[in-house]
Amino acid sequence: MSEPFHFYTQAHLVRLLGMKAKNPVELLEGIRTVPVSSIYYHTHRFLQQHHYLSPEPPNDFAYWLTSILGMQEWGEAVASVDVIQYRDLEHLRSRLEAVLSGYLAKGGYLAQAPEGHEFHFVSCVTVITPTPYIAHDAAQFLEALRRVSINSIYFHVFEARLRLKNNGNDFTLWFQGLGKEKLAAELSRLDPYTITLEGLRKKIIKLVSRYA
Amino acid sequence: MPDIAEYIPIVGQSTIDELYILAGNLKGKMIQNINSTAVGGGVAEILSRMIPLLRQFGVDAHWDVIKGNERFFEITKKMHNALHGARATLTDDDFEFFLQVNRQNAAELERYGDVVFVHDPQPIGLIERKEELGRKWVWRCHIDFTHPDPQVIQFLEAYINQYDSAVFSAPAFSRKLNIPQALISPSIDPLSDKNKDLPPELIDSILERYNLDRTRPIVTQISRFDYLKDPVGVIEVYKMVKKNVDCQLVLAGGGATDDPEGMQVLEEVKAAAAEDPDVHILFLPPSSDIEINALQRASTVVLQKSLREGFGLTVAEALWKERPVIASAVGGIPLQIAHKYSGILTYSKEGTAHFLKQLLNEPKYAARLGANGREHIRNNYLITRHIRDYLLLFISLFHEGDIIYLN
Repeated sequence: MSEPFHFYTQAHLVRLLGMKAKNPVELLEGIRTVPVSSIYYHTHRFLQQHHYLSPEPPNDFAYWLTSILGMQEWGEAVASVDVIQYRDLEHLRSRLEAVLSGYLAKGGYLAQAPEGHEFHFVSCVTVITPTPYIAHDAAQFLEALRRVSINSIYFHVFEARLRLKNNGNDFTLWFQGLGKEKLAAELSRLDPYTITLEGLRKKIIKLVSRYA
Repeated sequence: MPDIAEYIPIVGQSTIDELYILAGNLKGKMIQNINSTAVGGGVAEILSRMIPLLRQFGVDAHWDVIKGNERFFEITKKMHNALHGARATLTDDDFEFFLQVNRQNAAELERYGDVVFVHDPQPIGLIERKEELGRKWVWRCHIDFTHPDPQVIQFLEAYINQYDSAVFSAPAFSRKLNIPQALISPSIDPLSDKNKDLPPELIDSILERYNLDRTRPIVTQISRFDYLKDPVGVIEVYKMVKKNVDCQLVLAGGGATDDPEGMQVLEEVKAAAAEDPDVHILFLPPSSDIEINALQRASTVVLQKSLREGFGLTVAEALWKERPVIASAVGGIPLQIAHKYSGILTYSKEGTAHFLKQLLNEPKYAARLGANGREHIRNNYLITRHIRDYLLLFISLFHEGDIIYLN
């Protein structure tokens, strides 16, 4: 008998680091030196703060390069770093560094942010708490999934797989444990970064209803 | 004061459930807020709504107010202005007197919470008792700290650095400090008079009172008559747009009648309007929250063309009413608007006029911005998020590390 699935939820307290960048060189320097929780926050913030939007705005670095500095090409390059590929945030940091270094090496014009529009590096403290929802089987899982907050879905899909260096997402692992290989495979194929959290909830409900 | 349950239809049951879970982790901890005024001003307004709600969640929250005489408040007023960038004219005697009043209050306070949550500079010196009392101490800065006077900030930093944590409202206000700093933005209360839903007939009657024509677009800016809100610039924008789109402009706000600058700005605004019947200048008395609410709800587009801004919560108010907003990218406004996703950020009169024409001519696009804006405010700038952040802050004081697991 597999362990029941206990739904957890999480919330972030944003920490200010007192560090800012005025141009792409300083942005790169910041990306190199900030705590890894800052890389996490700046590449994932939009997922929660703008989770109703699809397509979502890009990560904070890309948004700043494009919308504040007007460096469209750089912004696009940073926006297209495929966050889902990176289960280790240090690898994601290295990729962002490589993209920015590549552009810097080409030389050319570097925009400066006007005063008041600098990039401010922040990080976060994540507080994780259990919810009252526990599922022993697929039917209970579906029932709970309909009721939990999007923060809980976020925790089990994004937080678990990336920040906590978990292998896959929690839902995939649990259904694997139940022997639902087909469902687990379908769940692991989801690209949660290109869908709203409510859209993700609906998609998971559909998959579980179909395969469990 | 609203019951917590009244927020459920607005933010969802699961959001409220999670606040109860977080609050449950503060059982047995007394949270003591301390500021310098019980009425008037933004801090008192926030605390008067926040404390009853925290208590409904089961948090043992309290609010104490320090005492000071006229000289003390003259000094703190100067400090306040200096933190906003004005030149300080404070003497060593002033700083000494400021500390004396703080020490007297520290001695007279009848209780100290497990968390002592000190708001703004006035009571900052209470921290001198930390060594003797222990407890967790947090300093909450509600003001714009972007260009503080060096003398005042140097004096204050010696005290700020003794706290366990500091809290600022926007990233630009953070500084290099020796203690952790949290970002906690202000919020609006969706159930307050300024933001609650209004019956259509009430909105109609208010518009009728101000002779506004509901069959033509209404462009509104709600703000004090203050140079920093650039009301004359808004009229210039209106004139650029009016050539192509038949619209009305509403400039509505209050201001103290004994504020000579406010009156001067009002006169300049009237002169700029040049008796255009489609420019409505409304000098509203205090407690016009329902009228402001109705004007925002009836607007086709809301502007906030400020030259400088603290956080700019009027933007959140308009977005909450699903209005498309065009606002200057200053102060806390870029936190509230993601450009072209949940509103428009501009840098000039010409840019504002360009986007205003676009939104008036493309109502579907404008509606999408408004709808996204409302969701952004729902998720990030309502009082329930503010409560969540405070709960997380208090919890974080009793735990180490970036990831905190609670049972």
